[in-house]
Formats: sequence, C-alpha cells, structure tokens
Amino acid sequence: MKIHLRGGRVIDPASGFDQIADVCIAAGRVVSVGQAPADFNAQRVIDVSGLVVAPGLVDLAARLREPGLEHKATLESEMRAATVGGVTALACPPDTDPPLDEPGLVEMLKFRARNLPGPRVYPVGALTLGLAGATITEMSELTEAGCVAFSQADAAITDTQVLMRAMQYAATFDYPVWLRPQDPHLARNGVAHEGALAGALGLVGIPVVAETLAIATILQLMRVTGARVHLCRLSSAAGVELVRAAKSEGLPLSCDVAAHHLHLTDAGLARFDAQLHLMPPLRSESDRQALRAGVLDGTIDAVCSDHAPLDDDTKEVPFAESESGATGLELLLPLTLAWAAELKISLPAALAAVTCRPSRVLGLTLGQLHDGAPADVCVFDPDAVWVVTRNALVSQGRNSPFLGQTMRGRVRYTIIDGHLDFEAKD
Amino acid sequence: MVGEQLTSDGRLRHLLTLEGLPRETLLSILDAAASFVSVGEREVKKLPLLKGKTVFNLFFESSTRTRTTFEIAAKRLSADVISLNVATSSQSKGETMLDTVQNLEAMDADMFVVRHAASGAAHFIARHVRPHIGVINAGDGRHAHPTQGLLDMFTIRQFKGDFAPLSVAIVGDVLHSRVARSEIHALRTLGVRDIRVVAPRTLLPAGVEELGVKVFHDMNAGLRGVDVVMMLRLQNERMKGSLLPSAGEYFKNYGLTPEKLALAAPDAIVMHPGPMNRGVEIDSAVADGPQAVILPQVTFGIAVRMAVMNLLIGDAA
Repeated sequence: MKIHLRGGRVIDPASGFDQIADVCIAAGRVVSVGQAPADFNAQRVIDVSGLVVAPGLVDLAARLREPGLEHKATLESEMRAATVGGVTALACPPDTDPPLDEPGLVEMLKFRARNLPGPRVYPVGALTLGLAGATITEMSELTEAGCVAFSQADAAITDTQVLMRAMQYAATFDYPVWLRPQDPHLARNGVAHEGALAGALGLVGIPVVAETLAIATILQLMRVTGARVHLCRLSSAAGVELVRAAKSEGLPLSCDVAAHHLHLTDAGLARFDAQLHLMPPLRSESDRQALRAGVLDGTIDAVCSDHAPLDDDTKEVPFAESESGATGLELLLPLTLAWAAELKISLPAALAAVTCRPSRVLGLTLGQLHDGAPADVCVFDPDAVWVVTRNALVSQGRNSPFLGQTMRGRVRYTIIDGHLDFEAKD
Repeated sequence: MVGEQLTSDGRLRHLLTLEGLPRETLLSILDAAASFVSVGEREVKKLPLLKGKTVFNLFFESSTRTRTTFEIAAKRLSADVISLNVATSSQSKGETMLDTVQNLEAMDADMFVVRHAASGAAHFIARHVRPHIGVINAGDGRHAHPTQGLLDMFTIRQFKGDFAPLSVAIVGDVLHSRVARSEIHALRTLGVRDIRVVAPRTLLPAGVEELGVKVFHDMNAGLRGVDVVMMLRLQNERMKGSLLPSAGEYFKNYGLTPEKLALAAPDAIVMHPGPMNRGVEIDSAVADGPQAVILPQVTFGIAVRMAVMNLLIGDAA
C-alpha cells in the first residue's frame, strides 16, 4: 500500500533530522521524506499535522510467551500490544517453555510471527540447553533458524567454566552473547533491593554487589574469550560505572535498561505491592539517577520494555511469592518520553534510545527514517494524556506498576514494512 | 502502610505492623490490656465483649504458642473461634490464599488472625477482605509480629514503668526476626532513649541502623548498663551453615549467661519471645533466674491480644 503521511513533525534520531515534512511510503520502503514526489499516488493520505512521525520502536526484550506459556499471553495478543505501543521490531528472550534451544522451535516461532500482523520478531536463542547452564546449544543451527544472539534470559550460569566456554564458542563465530548480570548465589531467594527498606520490611535482599560481581566476571571473560557481550537490564549506579569504564577500554560491550527502572525505586515497596516485584529489583534513588544519566550519555545503549505479561493469579499473592515482571510494550514510548521531559532531553535524542540505538545492538539498520529506509514508522501524539488501566492495555498481561498513573504520549498509527498495522480509533 | 491499618479518623481497622502507629494508639492498647489482665485471675474467665463474633485463626505457618494465646484471648471475650492450620489443609490441595480467605468470609467471619511465612502476607489479606472484617498480623515472614511487640512493651511497662529513660538491648538473629522489627518500632515510638541490637554481621539486616538502633557485635559492650535484655530465638536450621559455624560458638559469643547478664543494670529484666533454645541463646540459669520475665510475657500476651481484638471488632469499635 502507498501511504502519504502529510504535515507531521518528522524525526530521524539517527541523523538528527527534525522538521515538518511529508513522508511517502511504498512497497515497504520510505520513498521520500520532505516534499512528496509530484507523481506519488497514495492509496491512503493521512493528515498527521500536530503529530510526531518517528521510526518504529525497536525493543530489545519482549516476551511473547510462545511456545508453552499461552496462559500468560499469546503471540497474537502481544504482537498486537507491540503495534499499539509503536514497537515495530523486537527481540524476544528464550525463556519460553520449552526454551528456544533448538532450531525447530525458532523456525516455528518465526513462521507464526511472519503470518501475523505486527512487529518484526528477532528471537534470541538459548545459550545453554534448557537454559540449564550446562550444555551449550547448537548456535550455528539456531542462527540459521533466525536467532540474532544467545542468552540465558533470567537464568544464570552458575558454573563459570560453562560460561567461559559458551562465550568462547560464541566468539568463534562472532555470535553476540546477551547476559543479565546477576550472581546467582548472592541473589538467592532475593526479591528486593538489599537496603534499609528491604531490611525493615523483612524482604530478602539482592545486593548491588550481585550485579557488579557478575559484570566484573563477564568483563574478565570478555578479555580472554573475545566474545561480544550485551548486558541486559542494568539496575545499579555501580553497574553503570563498570560498563562506562569497560567501554572506554574498548571492549565490545553494549547494555540496556528497562524503562521502569528509569522511573521507579524501592521506596514504593513499603506497601508490599506485588506489581513492584521486578527483576532485577528496583533499587535506590541514586541508582535510578545513574541509570537515567547512563542512557543520556550513551553508556547505556538502549531502553527496553522488558515486557513480561503475567496472568493475574501470579500477582494476587504476597509480594515474595509473586512472579516478577511487568507488561511493558505499550508503556515503552510514554515512559521514554517522560524520562526525556524530566531531564529536558530533545525528542530526537530521546527517541534514539528506543529506535536506532537498540537497532545497532541487534546489528540492524532499523530505527531510521530517511529515503530508502524500511517503512517501519510510529506516528504518535506527544501531548495525548491517558491513564494506564487494565482496560486501556491490549497486552494479555495487565500486570503493571503504573496502573492508575497518567502517561503522556500515545501512538496514533503504526506502520510496519509498509503496512498500516495499527490506527487508533479515538 | 499506616493508611492500610488506620481509618481516616485514626481508628485502628487492622493490626498489621507497629511501624507508624501513633504513641497514643500504642498506649491505649497497653492501658486496655491492663484492664484485661485481671480477667485471667477470676473464677469465671470470660467477658461478653465479642459475643456472637467469629474469629478465624488462619495459620499458614505452624505455631503452637501464638495460636493458643490468640484462641484463649478470643474465647475469654466470648467469641466463636476456629483455628485452621492452613499449611496442612486446603493450601496443600492447591487452593490459593485468596480462595481460602473468601471461603471463610462466606462463613461470616468477623476477624482473621493471620500467620504466614511471607513478609507482607497480612497486608495482602487485609487489602482483600470485606470492610467489616478486622485482620491481625500474627507474624508475616521476617516483617512484623505486632502483638508480640505490644506484649513486650506491656511487660516492660509492668516491670520498669516509664519508657523514656530506658536502655534496651535486643540480642540475636535480628535478620530473620519479625519480633525484633516490631519491638524496635514500638520502642522508638514510645521514646526509649537507647535501643541497641547485638548480633554478628551475618544476622543483621542491611541498613539496620536506619531503624534507629545502635549496633553492637560485642555482647559484653552491648549489654553494659542496659535495663532490658530482649533475647531472640535462633532457629535450628541457622545454627550451622554460612550464617554461623555452630550452636556452640554462637552460645560462646551471643548466649546470655549469668556472667554476661551481670554487665547489665542490677535490676535488668530478661525477656524472650519463646520458644527458647536453652544452651544456644540463653543459659538455663538465666532463663529460670530471678531476672527473667519470660512467663509473665506469655500471660500478658493473652491480655494484649484481648485488647487488640476488642479494639478492632468489639462493640465499641
């Protein structure tokens, strides 16, 4: 379909382009940005004046729950949530049931996703069989099946020798390794940031050193194995500092943070609200400030949703017994905009953290908006105000620490590969 | 957290934690408890204050003493009381906690007394019960055991009078202790001048100083001159492992012996929430000695629980 987006504020974060312009789309590509070609005959002309026309969002962590966890969410529901949230490409972690540890599972996932409207899906393969941390997977086969990286999701490798060999093997073929840095022993049974508040509430803590020790181990192993590593979900100021130093040393390292960690701290735990049970745990205000600054200065490459839709029953229990995680695809844009507004960051710079920068982590050239770019576009109203309610969410998971809160910024149109996959009704 | 247990006009609706409860509320419970102490000394140990009310003791974690004292308290107030050991009944059949609670609500419960291994469990239940039902936290994980905290304050007041000038040491496994946390909140609210905790670093929660206590690792220094020694129970599974090397070494460093007690004020009292591990945290000579007030604590516990129950769902509530 040929689409003509007329009169919007067009932002291409990668180039810094930020002007009122028209965008013409045909055959899955952006044909022009600026004046529409005289001979462009659009089937659909959309007046987007007053709206922002940006590249579609690229999310480095969105659980689609298939295969095996359909009681939490389905591919249909979550791909729909992604389009409503303006996310046009996403990486999904391997923590499905069974985990994405063999090519057939990955091929099936890719096949199912391809036949549904919605974002481009990039599976992250399991680094070890069953995520059990013992036997490495057939990484070449999995790559051929469509995996873009290898990860343990939230499961740790407790045996450092296995971790080192997995990194060596991945480095042999230059496959990226994605790791969430958390020492499994120091984090044992932990449900909250170890600090005065968890101490007073009697919640088992996960100390910051669980993160920094894991990062230090990974950095040392990177130096000897040559592996390319992406660190998932930093949570602490000390963690950001270690990454900053490693990057200046020139290690092939990238990292991300979950959008909710830019806004929330452990202070909210005093009510034992299970919606605040997240992994890694919400930490202190100074940690939050360091994460916000880390995204701004580029130490943290990307902001992701860490989307984890859950069924209600898993949160309707006491805090420590609840499952961790929050639904996030539909909040990635407004939470990123809120971070930018609070830090007085320009819109192009803010959007980079959820478009071209995560795309670079994936080794792709998505998240850009210029002549010839893939036609993945998110059109949003930066001033639209809405309240996060169970009914306002499309994701099958209604678990959010932001329920009841007001968000600013709402997606109006989502175009993926040249198709208008979402159009807001109101 | 305060908002969850107090109504907008400051009345106590649930008792979930002592944190944030105003001094006047604590004192009024202690005063009410004082009037109930004599009930136990009468020939007919009953008052009609909760006649027609149904109290469910919901114990998701097993306990003998606490459950029994809550049962006696409810019975002395003429309530119908049903004690459920949920750990061995419906939950093992896969029923969720919320289903259990809702089923009991359908049996016209007026009060739930809840014990659970997870911190925050009583808050969770309080958030989900119908408005007329009162919830008493009888111990949630490591978080709080407010009636134990209150009965300890009652005991201190009985033996020591004024709280303000006191020096109090809490000794032992503070990390895992809901009792210690409740005691600390109450002692602070009641204006106790000097609150100390005495423990090895492995048995103290992170940031414990922020609760308003002085930390001692040397028990001799920690006990010097104190008026009240509050011992904590050390659970069997924690005596040997990565927290402590052995019960014997623990007793050597942190067990309360007559020699260590001699460092405290001459008229210091010794308390323990029970059940005691003799020879681990406390020497029998101290536990059975003249300074121990451990059995009076148990007796006062009934009066304090009567006071709380009456405050929450009695006719005056």
